[in-house]
Amino acid sequence: MNTLTTSQEIANEIVSSFQPTDFFTAIENRKKAIDVLKSKGLPASKHEEYRFTPITKNLEKKFNWKSKPVVASLKTIDEFLIPVLDAYVLVLINGLYSKELSTQEFPTGITVLSLKDAIESNHPATAKYFDKLVNSETDSFAALNTAFWHDGIFIHVPENTTIEKSFLILHLNDTNQESVICHTRILGVIENNSSIHIVEKFDTVGKNPVFHTLTEEFIVGEQTSFEYCKIQNDTKLNQVANTAIHQSNSSKVNTFTLTLQGELIRNNFNIIIDGENCESHFHGLYLLNGNTLADNHTVVDHRKPNSFSNEMYKGIMDGNSKGVFNGKIFVRPHAQKTNAFQSNRNIIISDSATINTKPQLEIWADDVKCSHGCTSGQLDEEAMFYLRSRGIAQPMAKAMLLYAFAVDVLETLQHEGLRTYLDNIIAERLHKNF
Amino acid sequence: MLTIKNIQAKVADKQILNGIDLKVNAGEVHAIMGPNGSGKSTLASVLSGREEYEVTGGEIDFLGKNLLELSPEDRAREGIFMAFQYPVEIPGVSTINFMKTALNQIREYRGLQALDSVSFLQLMKERMALVEIDQSLLSRSLNEGFSGGEKKRNEIFQMAMLEPKLAILDETDSGLDIDALRIVANGVNKLRNKNNAIIVVTHYQRLLDYIVPDFVHVLYKGKIVKSGTKDLALELEAKGYDWIKNEVAVA
Repeated sequence: MNTLTTSQEIANEIVSSFQPTDFFTAIENRKKAIDVLKSKGLPASKHEEYRFTPITKNLEKKFNWKSKPVVASLKTIDEFLIPVLDAYVLVLINGLYSKELSTQEFPTGITVLSLKDAIESNHPATAKYFDKLVNSETDSFAALNTAFWHDGIFIHVPENTTIEKSFLILHLNDTNQESVICHTRILGVIENNSSIHIVEKFDTVGKNPVFHTLTEEFIVGEQTSFEYCKIQNDTKLNQVANTAIHQSNSSKVNTFTLTLQGELIRNNFNIIIDGENCESHFHGLYLLNGNTLADNHTVVDHRKPNSFSNEMYKGIMDGNSKGVFNGKIFVRPHAQKTNAFQSNRNIIISDSATINTKPQLEIWADDVKCSHGCTSGQLDEEAMFYLRSRGIAQPMAKAMLLYAFAVDVLETLQHEGLRTYLDNIIAERLHKNF
Repeated sequence: MLTIKNIQAKVADKQILNGIDLKVNAGEVHAIMGPNGSGKSTLASVLSGREEYEVTGGEIDFLGKNLLELSPEDRAREGIFMAFQYPVEIPGVSTINFMKTALNQIREYRGLQALDSVSFLQLMKERMALVEIDQSLLSRSLNEGFSGGEKKRNEIFQMAMLEPKLAILDETDSGLDIDALRIVANGVNKLRNKNNAIIVVTHYQRLLDYIVPDFVHVLYKGKIVKSGTKDLALELEAKGYDWIKNEVAVA
């Protein structure tokens, strides 16, 4: 056993709970993933990639690995919708795709299926792309997901298709009876010269915790526009999300990850820029309080020349919260004329909150423009005094400064209604009242 | 309006003010001059309520209230305004939003209704003209990327918006060329009336050519060592501070 992994006990428990007969699809992938789990276990506290995020310890305490997916009794999803978003709604409850609660009619050419059905019906895109982008061998939680996923969503958008509406994927959990463990996957294949807007949201009803692994693979074709927004605002959530996006020539990707609540959130975000003249913006904002831990591990991998990427993550940590940011940028040897920028800025507003931030740039090409910067500090006292000296009360001055700090991460969002919706959530969270 | 009695203050264990007495009435302009390190800016900071300055003795009465017990925001709401020597840049907050928030917080404190957007914009346009400041500048992030002159003009614009009873101009002339100085001083003069008072903290006489003071006080080693009329400022300009230092040494 690798010394960097621990809890062979919990890993064994998980491995032994694996019954191939529980599953019908992707059995070979599952078996391989189980072998990875057997040999690697789950990451221990000394594991470099999980050094600040003791997720394994968290899991040992809270979850019963022997339990099976709980069938939920949610009847309506209205309260989880985003009113301003005219969207096709796709619903997963406790890890199972709910056809009844999901939109069933889509424009001609667009395929939306439960991922299980898509694989079973041999949709050609599943054979080509399923389980290719997220590497189970490097992340034990990705392996866990590949071995145990119950269900998921498959979206296929053919060439030359512009979709007016958005897609809203709701990950709902009902923990009224007991804690929930679920493993879901999304596979999205957006062919050349098309566009899509996807919003993902996580919500739990009930007082027990949720452990969710989510693996997402998005294939973005040439000249295709991919807009993606993830809203993590679920107090019960323990999550490891492995999201990978593969970009082809002249594609455009905008992502925004907003983390407001949760017990422990780990976002592994992997962008493969495998085309020329791509433009990509990766924004993130984590506003944390209580005991929330949010960890954003991002990889931007420039594999071809002449592309642009800009990554901007910001965080505000209050209470006992912990923020973790790790931003890797790779510029491969022949990816000349790459422009890659990264910034991570943090404000800590309580004595017991922490942030660990680490940029990692590996640049193998010589004709590139790359920069990175990370800062962490407290609210600017001089700015606070300036606002107060004009008659603005201290709490409002603080809210104004935090809001001003945070809100520019929304700039690249194209959907105006969504931007306003998120702006309001952020403002409310920071007690803005002006 | 303002009565300062024997005020003493320190910052980071360094005693800076050693007993200042000063009385300012409505309608008056007082200039505080003095060499570097004499305590001019400390006095301005103590009046505006900077927390890192610790008052170790004395009293300050402002319109019947104990000023030292008030938070910086309540001082502003009671009618004190400080034009900063180094106005702070605040990305993401526009001057317009900032002023609207400030004005309405002050109005709320005084039991007045919040200004609606139309009245606010009207007031803003009127006051912009006073200090010759452009609206495009005010729509931008507060002081971000502003030139020295633009920052100081923005300070006087804020003063015009908030209509303080007592304005403290802390080295407002520093970093200004002659044209900017004239615009800023003209703005201040237009705001000057019999119901308000101004304390001008400055190194140099030149600002006082434009904002003519009723009284000039010289601060040295944390005390007011000489007071006079505007002629005192001219004398300082001609002779420098050494003769005052010598006078203090002899006494």
